[in-house]
Amino acid sequence: MSKHTAKEVLLNPVFANNPIGLQILGICSALAVTSNLKTALVMSIALTLVTGFSNLFIAAIRAQIPGSIRMIVQMVIIASLVIVVDQVLRAFAYSLAKQLSVFVGLIITNCIVMGRAEAFAMQNPPWISFLDGIGNGLGYSAMLITLGVFRELLGAGKLMGIEILPLAKDGGWYVPNGMLLLPPSAFFLIGLIIWALRTWRVEQKEKPAFRMANQVVDKEAY
Amino acid sequence: MEHYLSLFVRSVFIENMALSFFLGMCSFIAISKKVETAIGLGIAVVVVQLITVPANNLAYTYLLREGALAWAGLPDVDLSFLGLLTYIGVIAAIVQILEMLLDKYVPSLYNALGIFLPLITVNCVIMAGSLFMVERDYNFGESVVYGLGSGFSWALAIALLAGIREKLKYSDVPEGLQGLGITFITIGLMSLGFMSFSGIQL
Repeated sequence: MSKHTAKEVLLNPVFANNPIGLQILGICSALAVTSNLKTALVMSIALTLVTGFSNLFIAAIRAQIPGSIRMIVQMVIIASLVIVVDQVLRAFAYSLAKQLSVFVGLIITNCIVMGRAEAFAMQNPPWISFLDGIGNGLGYSAMLITLGVFRELLGAGKLMGIEILPLAKDGGWYVPNGMLLLPPSAFFLIGLIIWALRTWRVEQKEKPAFRMANQVVDKEAY
Repeated sequence: MEHYLSLFVRSVFIENMALSFFLGMCSFIAISKKVETAIGLGIAVVVVQLITVPANNLAYTYLLREGALAWAGLPDVDLSFLGLLTYIGVIAAIVQILEMLLDKYVPSLYNALGIFLPLITVNCVIMAGSLFMVERDYNFGESVVYGLGSGFSWALAIALLAGIREKLKYSDVPEGLQGLGITFITIGLMSLGFMSFSGIQL
């Protein structure tokens, strides 16, 4: 098995192997919390920390985990970390915790955390696993923050609740596109981001299941 | 009765798990290439959801909630911070038991659902069903109906998406959009359609 360098595991997931854009992991929360930048940011930090530390702890005890119950062990470690995050949020940012509602709890079932624990932390030493967790968290955060910026800026003319584009209804010039605050726009935006990412990095393109046959012009019947 | 019916309709159409809360997206996208497998997974989700949401409701009411341990002589204990750990434990255990029971007594169903059952433990829909149940303070009867409704809403959405994707593979999609990209945009359009239910008051 090849050695992983710190830079590689930290930066690869951001663009080259983005967990949302390429691996289709952890999309659930990516869509629901991005209607404004603040919740997106909090969610990104929470997920990055949970992924990093769950990788660290799982890698540290990976030799002691019996194969048959490894899922449960991973689950318990992840759930405990999420409980810590949840309690901290409730204690210091109660209104934000209310806005995020169930989505903090859903970090447990976020496939990124589980996926990295299973695919990376079970085979690698703690420190590099920790970096891998942080890297994947950053890849997720990059996607979340991009979505959050787009949706809040164009949907409400604000960033972090501060007005950037003066709205038409308050005498400014910008007419907000309310649809960007609604759920479907997140799907469209992710679709478009994936398109952009794959145009830039050609190797990520998927092969079509069927090719259209070229139109054949036959000789006319005599 | 009317109350339960309106809760069911609301959880299926207005608060569709997949299309208005974006839950269970990973398997929603990964397993929706064929209608048959999509329906198989959908049924498995409905079954598991129908069992786990009420089970977690009982765990919450009798073990975790503030004052819930009064029956054991401990009226001051509030274990609600252990909620997340308990729910995921209950879910994992039930999925495991269900898998063993099906294997023993209904092998045909086990073979049909077999590969999907382990996947369901990490499906966000199941966990979210329990979390929403706690957040909205459903009682036991409501939690049964909500479990059924939310599971069904997800099954409906994945079956619909699989139907569209089966047709879509014959169409001429721009190159970079092929596969994942166009799927997202399709889901976006479906979700836009489901938003038309959102004004309904029940």
